Amino acid sequence: MVRSRTAMLRLFSVVVVASAAWSTALSSAAGQDTPRKSMPAPAVRDAGLAAWQQVYSVLTHPRCINCHTATNYPQQGDDRHRHLFNVVRGPQDKGVPGLNCATCHQGANAESTGVPGAHNWHLAPVSMRWQDINDQILSSAAVCKSLTDRSKNHNLAGPALLKHHEEEPLVLWAFQPGSRQDGAARSPLPLSHEEFVTATRTWVEAGTPCPLNP
Amino acid sequence: METYTLTVNGQPKQVTADPGTPLLWVLREDLKMTGTKYGCGIASCGACTVHLAGVATRSCVVPVSLVGDRPILTIEGVGQDSVGRAVQAAWVSEDVVQCGYCQSGQIMSAVALLKSTPKPTDTNIEESMGGNICRCGTYVRIRRAIKTAAQELK
Repeated sequence: MVRSRTAMLRLFSVVVVASAAWSTALSSAAGQDTPRKSMPAPAVRDAGLAAWQQVYSVLTHPRCINCHTATNYPQQGDDRHRHLFNVVRGPQDKGVPGLNCATCHQGANAESTGVPGAHNWHLAPVSMRWQDINDQILSSAAVCKSLTDRSKNHNLAGPALLKHHEEEPLVLWAFQPGSRQDGAARSPLPLSHEEFVTATRTWVEAGTPCPLNP
Repeated sequence: METYTLTVNGQPKQVTADPGTPLLWVLREDLKMTGTKYGCGIASCGACTVHLAGVATRSCVVPVSLVGDRPILTIEGVGQDSVGRAVQAAWVSEDVVQCGYCQSGQIMSAVALLKSTPKPTDTNIEESMGGNICRCGTYVRIRRAIKTAAQELK
């Protein structure tokens, strides 16, 4: 009798664990995480859109837009002025011979001279511009549409976008931008990196919804 | 203070310096290689240009701690290869130099340009040399010399 009860408990445990795993797999396949699987679809979308607005607040900070330009040159500073020294985009988005991004920007911030740095410093491709040619910041809907367009974003699906926000050195740098030449700290972004990743994850798990209107 | 072993013009050089010291001052003060010039100190004039692993680099804003094991090429060593020699010869034949203060940086940028773009257009030259400022205004002769060097390297 005891052996029979033990066997039943084991069988029950196996069924519960298997069901949970299968349920997780199904919800992952549907692009939803476990806590949100019980939410109705409109609520998931609303949570995703709210999270997107947080992501957008970071993407449109001058620090991000300065290298997500629509022009053939980067910008600088919180006022987004044209990059000094006649720097141009170049064919690979890394400047031109004699005047590459790496001419000044090294693999890490140069605290003694105020030049920011991170691995593989470069401009985002023009397809990932967050501004128009009149230097106006694109709307939330427009940035979202570009960011999720795999023909423009190096074919990154939602999970890859999340990974980009988690690990890309230039994204990480934006949250640890170092000090200017006068020693003053560069302005903080609206979110911490942890908050940014959390918001991105919520947005991705909701299926990367985009606002319908600008 | 930290001790660094730098490879300058193919030679190992050991220096002891504060990690934040710009490479320019390590070259000029510690290694007494004064061919590389101090112009503005904020990377905006190009007089301090050297090559780090082949990339034209503003030595006035690069702390010595960030150089790592990348080889450094300065104006003193630029004549070690055919491109450098062609540029030096063109600079002489076109009589580019006036006061000369910016010219080591100009030559380093020109060599970087020609090594990656053997037949540069006027636009290539303007874009690549656009960060090197010459107070004497030798730009026309610089452009001509780059074309002369490119012709020689055919």
